[in-house]
Amino acid sequence: MTGMKIKENIMKWLVWASIALTAATLAFIVLFVVVKGLPYLKPSLFSLTYNSVNVSLTPALISTVILTALALVIAVPFGVFASIFLVEYAKRGSKIVKFIRAMSETLAGIPSIVFGLFGMLFFVTFLGFGFSVLSGALTLAIMVLPIVLRSSEEALLAVPDSLREGSLSLGAGKLRTIFKVVLPAAAPGIFGGVILSSGRVVGETAALIYTAGTVAQIPYSPLQSARTLSVHMYALSGESLHVGEGYATAIVLLVLVAVINVASSAILKRANRNRI
Amino acid sequence: MRGVFFVAALASVFAVGMICVFLLGSGIPTIKEIGVANFLLGTDWSPSNVPPSFGILPMIVGSIIVTFGAVVIGVPIGILSAVYLANSCPSRLYRFLKPGVDLLAGIPSVVYGFFGMAALVPLFDSSMLSASILLGIMILPTIITLSETSLRAVPGELYEGAVALGARHYRSVFGVVLPAAKSGVIAAVVLGLGRAIGETMAVIMVAGNQPRMPEGLLEGVRTMTANIVLEMGYASGIHRQALIATGATLFIFILLIDLSVPLITRGHSGSRLLRLLGRARKGAAT
Repeated sequence: MTGMKIKENIMKWLVWASIALTAATLAFIVLFVVVKGLPYLKPSLFSLTYNSVNVSLTPALISTVILTALALVIAVPFGVFASIFLVEYAKRGSKIVKFIRAMSETLAGIPSIVFGLFGMLFFVTFLGFGFSVLSGALTLAIMVLPIVLRSSEEALLAVPDSLREGSLSLGAGKLRTIFKVVLPAAAPGIFGGVILSSGRVVGETAALIYTAGTVAQIPYSPLQSARTLSVHMYALSGESLHVGEGYATAIVLLVLVAVINVASSAILKRANRNRI
Repeated sequence: MRGVFFVAALASVFAVGMICVFLLGSGIPTIKEIGVANFLLGTDWSPSNVPPSFGILPMIVGSIIVTFGAVVIGVPIGILSAVYLANSCPSRLYRFLKPGVDLLAGIPSVVYGFFGMAALVPLFDSSMLSASILLGIMILPTIITLSETSLRAVPGELYEGAVALGARHYRSVFGVVLPAAKSGVIAAVVLGLGRAIGETMAVIMVAGNQPRMPEGLLEGVRTMTANIVLEMGYASGIHRQALIATGATLFIFILLIDLSVPLITRGHSGSRLLRLLGRARKGAAT
C-alpha cells in the first residue's frame, strides 16, 4: 500500500510541476518582454512616418489593421457560406462533407511559410499583384479560412433544430430560415471565431514577408507593399541597433493579442450561455 | 443559393489543390533537374558556388532533430498540464490558467523569437538546443488545449468506476482517463509536431542557421523553413527554384504527418485497468 502511495505522490508532483512550469514560462516570457521593451516605449516610436532613426511602429500598426480587415472580409463570407452548406444543405456524414472537412483540416495544418511560398508564386507572380497588401491579404485569407469555417460550423450546429422547424412551419422558405433565424442565432459564435482568427493574422510573419513585402509605410492602395507589426519586429531583429525598439513593439503586439483573446472568449462564452 | 454555398464549401478544396499545383508543380521539376538524390541526400548546400550544389539533407535532418527535441520537451509537460487542467484544477485557478494557455497560443512567433534571442541564446548559443526548447514552449498550448478537450470528453463514470475499485485519484486519471483519451492526445501530439516542423520565424532567430550537417546539441542548425526565408530575398534562377523545392519537400512532410494521424489513432487498446473496467461494465449489463 505504501508503494501505491509513493507512486500516487510522484504522479501528483509531476502534474503539479508541469502546470507550474507552464504558468511560469508564460509569466517569464511576458515579464521579460515588458522589462526589455518598456524603456523604449517612447512617443517617437508612435510618430506617423517611419524612418531609420525613430523606427516608428505606427505605419506597421495601421497596415496590420488594414491587412487583418481585408483578409477577414475575404475569408469570412467563404467560411460562413461553406459552413451553411455543410450544416444546412449537405447530408450529415456524407462523403462530400467528409472530404471537404478533410481538406479544410489539411489546410489548417499547412505551415505559414508554405502559404507564403504559394502566395508568392500565385498572387505575387502568376496573377501579377506584386508585393502588395492585396497579395498578403489573399494569402492570409486562405490561411484563416479553416478557422472561420470550423467555428461557424460549430456555431450553426449548436442552433437547435426547433428554431428551424418553427420558422419553416410558419411558412418561411429554407433560405429565409437560414438568414433570418439560424444565422442570427449563430452570430455570436461565428463572431467569436472570426475574432480568434484575427489573432492568427496579427501574429503572422512568414506568410507575409514574400507576399505583402516589408516596406514600412501606410499603404494607400491595395497594390502597395506594407509590413505588419510582426514583420516589423522581424526586420528590427536584424538591426542590432534597434533590438530594444523591437521589444517595445513586442509589448504592443502582446497587448493586441491579449485584447483579441479576451474579446473572443467573452463573446464565445456569451454565445454558449445564450444557447442554454 | 445552394450552388453558392456549395462553391464556397469547395473553396478550401480548391485552395489545397492550388497549393499542390503551384508548389509541387514548381518544386518537383526542379528536384528532377537537380537530381532527386543530389537534392534530398546531398549534404552540401552552396548555391553560389560554380557549379552550385543544392543538397538539403542538412536542413531535413535539422528540421527533424529540432522537432524531435521540441516534442521531447513539450509533450510530457503539455500532457501533464492538460491532466491538471482537466481533472485536478480548482475552478478559481482555472479562470486564470485557461486564458494563460490561450495567450501562450496567441503570442506571435516573432515575439517568441525575441524572447529566445535574449533568454536562451546567451545560455545555449544559437543552437539546436535553443531551438528545441523554444519550439517545445511554442507547441505547449496546442498539446495542452487539445489533450484537455479529449480528457474532458471521457465519460465521468470511467473515473468514478476506477475510484470505486479502490484506485487513488492520479492512478485513476493515468490508468483509466488518460488511456481512454489516448486517440485525442495522440492527435494533439501530431498536431504539435506539425506546428514545430513548420515553425519559421522563431527558429531563424535562435538556431544559428548554418547550412551544414548538425554536429551537436550546442551547434548551430538550419531548418528547411529557415532556408526558405533566409535566401528567398535575393535568390534567382535555379537557386530560387531550389528554395521553392525545399518548400515542396516541407509540404510533403506535412502531408505525410497529416496522413499518419488516422493510422496511428486507429489501434487503441487502453490500459489494464481500463480493460478491467470495461469487462466489469459488460458483466453488469448482462
